[in-house]
Amino acid sequence: MSEVRRFLGDARLVAARDLRIEFRSRVVVGQVVPFALLVLVLFGFALDADHRTLRTFASGLFWVAVLLSALLAVHRSAALEQSDGTLDALRMSGLPPAALFIGKATAVFVQLVVLEVVLLGGLLVLYGVQVVDPVLLVVAGLLAGVAVAAAGTLYGALASGLGVRETLLPILLLPVLAPVLIGATRAFDDALGAVAVDGWAWTGLLAVAALIATVVGALAHGVLIED
Amino acid sequence: MGDRYRGGVPVVELRGAVALLGNFPALAGVDLTVESGEVVLLRGPNGAGKTTLLRLCAGLIRPESGSVEVLGHDLVHERRSVRRRVALLGHSTGLYADLTVTQNVYFWARAAGLTVAEATQRVASALLRMGLSERLLGQPVHTLSAGQRRRASLAALVVRRPELWLLDEPHAGLDQSGRDVVDALVGDAVAAGATVLVSSHELERVAGLGPRVVTISGGVVVDDTGPADGGGPRV
Repeated sequence: MSEVRRFLGDARLVAARDLRIEFRSRVVVGQVVPFALLVLVLFGFALDADHRTLRTFASGLFWVAVLLSALLAVHRSAALEQSDGTLDALRMSGLPPAALFIGKATAVFVQLVVLEVVLLGGLLVLYGVQVVDPVLLVVAGLLAGVAVAAAGTLYGALASGLGVRETLLPILLLPVLAPVLIGATRAFDDALGAVAVDGWAWTGLLAVAALIATVVGALAHGVLIED
Repeated sequence: MGDRYRGGVPVVELRGAVALLGNFPALAGVDLTVESGEVVLLRGPNGAGKTTLLRLCAGLIRPESGSVEVLGHDLVHERRSVRRRVALLGHSTGLYADLTVTQNVYFWARAAGLTVAEATQRVASALLRMGLSERLLGQPVHTLSAGQRRRASLAALVVRRPELWLLDEPHAGLDQSGRDVVDALVGDAVAAGATVLVSSHELERVAGLGPRVVTISGGVVVDDTGPADGGGPRV
């Protein structure tokens, strides 16, 4: 039990550090969130549509905006460990790699939740959507957030190790997140009353994706930061 | 001073250690034994392999062949068991630019496994020891000078109270008072029973500690002359 408590303490330490850095640098608030809102607005311009058309596509546009913005947050998270010898210092600290992974993924998850809340506000205001199943919306949003944060943290570490993170990260990460995009979009379609689908079934897919990404990430992170 | 070298417990044992940087053999078969409580000064020209040797001892590089044991552990298979007991001061600081000095040092103290109470107490003590003024402690690291960052980096290592210090050009970028702090730090570490490997071109800075001087060139040890204070050749 003390091992579990120590592991969770280490993960919390890393998450708090990443969030503190984000709070001080305000990259998510100052850059990622405005970028995501800009994407929503540009979708509106591109579709040149009335609210009915936007409502039909709102779920997909929301999750595309989330994924594109998540790339920025993931890149930022990975870059923290590439600056001025911090990765070497982490390796020397003796922190368990799995705790490091969980901590970093948690910090990205928290940022994504903030992003999702702001973007949802954007959907309500700009696209005029209505939430018909708030519980489904929240559960699907959280599970998709976990999947994106875990997969993003894993692939961020992988791309950083290859030394080409800026260009390679989207190519590596977006195909992996395609099932999450599909599942989250379908679940939101149901939650927003846009399309008659079984949103909870798609939420089950999101739960599986979140679990796989988290377990694989925790197991693989040690190899990635060492080699 | 020379007695310290006899009959001690081996802290670092390298046997035919080869390490590659890319395809280049930065270390080409190093044999070196460092015993508990020793101060070893690594000398050699640029590119001789000093930094690689220190990183190898820290477990940050895998040996291509040969064996490397640190604190009784094989670094190929057990490096995670060793790292928390070893401090490496390299060319970079290992600090997060957007965190304050105190936040950085506290994070590394907690990451090393210290409790909140231990970390709080040791961080305050280490920052004081490094001569960082109160005004600097709450400032983000990116606003500090290179020398101030170096001191903060050292403070982050001091809090861990390592058994083995690996110092790569520790005086670089420091003013006179900073250099004095480093010298005092090494002296305190040795007095506490720690072992120190220091790479430096400034022999006179550590000469007072009577270091054993090991010269590296071309990735091999070419001279191991014993203590600089006249303890006689070791090999």
